[in-house]
Amino acid sequence: MTDVCIIGAGIHPFGRTEGRSGRDQGVFAVRQALADAGIEWPDIQFAYGGSSSSGAADIIVNDLGLTGIPIVNVSNGCATGGSSLASAYSAIASGEFDIGLAVGFDKHDRGAFNASPADYGLPEWYGETGMMLTTQFFALKLQRYMALNGISRRTLGLVAEKAFENGARCEHAWRRSPVDLDTILNAPMVNDPLTKYMFCSPAEGGVALILASEKKARELGIMPVRLKAAVMRTRPPGSFEVFAPSLDVQRGPSPTVVASKAAFEKAGIGPEDVDVAQLQDTESGAEIMHMSENGFCADGDQEQWFAERRTHITGALPVNTDGGCLACGEPIGASGLRQVYENVVQLRGRGGARQVPGSPKVAYTHVYGAPGVSACTVLTV
Amino acid sequence: MGTLSPIAPGLWTDEVEPQLIGGAHKDSGRIVFPMPDGDAANAYDAVLLAREGTLWSWTVQGFEPKAPYTGPKPFAPYGVGYVELPGQVIVETRLTVTSSLKIGMPMRLVIEPFGDRATFAFAPAGDPA
Repeated sequence: MTDVCIIGAGIHPFGRTEGRSGRDQGVFAVRQALADAGIEWPDIQFAYGGSSSSGAADIIVNDLGLTGIPIVNVSNGCATGGSSLASAYSAIASGEFDIGLAVGFDKHDRGAFNASPADYGLPEWYGETGMMLTTQFFALKLQRYMALNGISRRTLGLVAEKAFENGARCEHAWRRSPVDLDTILNAPMVNDPLTKYMFCSPAEGGVALILASEKKARELGIMPVRLKAAVMRTRPPGSFEVFAPSLDVQRGPSPTVVASKAAFEKAGIGPEDVDVAQLQDTESGAEIMHMSENGFCADGDQEQWFAERRTHITGALPVNTDGGCLACGEPIGASGLRQVYENVVQLRGRGGARQVPGSPKVAYTHVYGAPGVSACTVLTV
Repeated sequence: MGTLSPIAPGLWTDEVEPQLIGGAHKDSGRIVFPMPDGDAANAYDAVLLAREGTLWSWTVQGFEPKAPYTGPKPFAPYGVGYVELPGQVIVETRLTVTSSLKIGMPMRLVIEPFGDRATFAFAPAGDPA
């Protein structure tokens, strides 16, 4: 199997862009990624892509050119971007193609997402009685985790404070102003224990990544970032997932634990080797729980890690260096790819004000989606 | 609450001390709630769930959900949680209170009005019926 490389990366700034459709933001990102790689659209042999609210990804050919390539539309909830990338990875690793695209874009309405019970194989009453909300799931999972592992509300605030600090230094972030800890902790409660500033919001944006075989990257004279692993996994028995009217008494691990383990195994390295990580932070507690689910620390250690600022940009393991979902917002189709984009920037040393010091060599991403999908990547230079 | 029609049929038994109706998987014995319908139901036997359990986790819904939510107007925050029915299953449920909730506290099933229909909820087991 060939090594798979990322040879081009493009992003349309996240947030709100009046007058520009989700698809246009995706096309913007593709053009930027093509320019970054120094290639043209007709060089692309295949694409995987997704959007949740902005139509099928394959409509980008209307703007980019009818070259006849295969494009698969991916729909895997919040893990859509990660799933697109995992599919594109396999297409190149298999040797069938040697240059292709993973793209994601979206433009969501304001306010929390609302899901249809039927889309998830659930009865209508579950939605009618107000139990089918993603924000509730996050709060319910977190409330128990905090009680069992001694995580304080203050630490939830510190996660958000860090996100806005990092977002302020990042040109593609939506929230570009720091927010102080007291404001975060005293903001209106959305779902106890999470306040308004501890949740990310649906947003807009687009990301494109161009993947190539090692041979192709060499031919093009590009110093690539190596995609050592891109894996996606669905939930194992006993996991606690969004939109679950009941849970097994026998508890089990999360899909993140399974996907993370597989990604590290495939890459042949461990969490201790990672220099920078982007972890799904749809709310403050998610970042905390995902630190341990991805193997970076033991349950409960996060309290100490945040007290010591270990996940800040200058810490031992910087996490969510572009402000994550909290500062960038969440355009579903693009969000998982944004994490990988950010790692490409960091590994190339082009992070500017948010650059992780000491030339990071190994970078990790994790994205999670309903109803129990996780996708993880390991990048190296 | 006998006068109000249930939000959906088959969720709980129609008796003075109602019980939720779950499904026990015929091979594994794993219990789910609600009882599956359609072809999936063939793999399950209906099973009555315990009326009392302990609070597994909780939150308070602080904003009015979008459709398909059909709760009472004007909106008031409500409790949502998971209650562990020992040895059976952990069910997601509305809670009758929004304060003094603590993981591990005893909880009890109640049927309560929800608009012009009735739905199930769990109340702190110490509260008067």
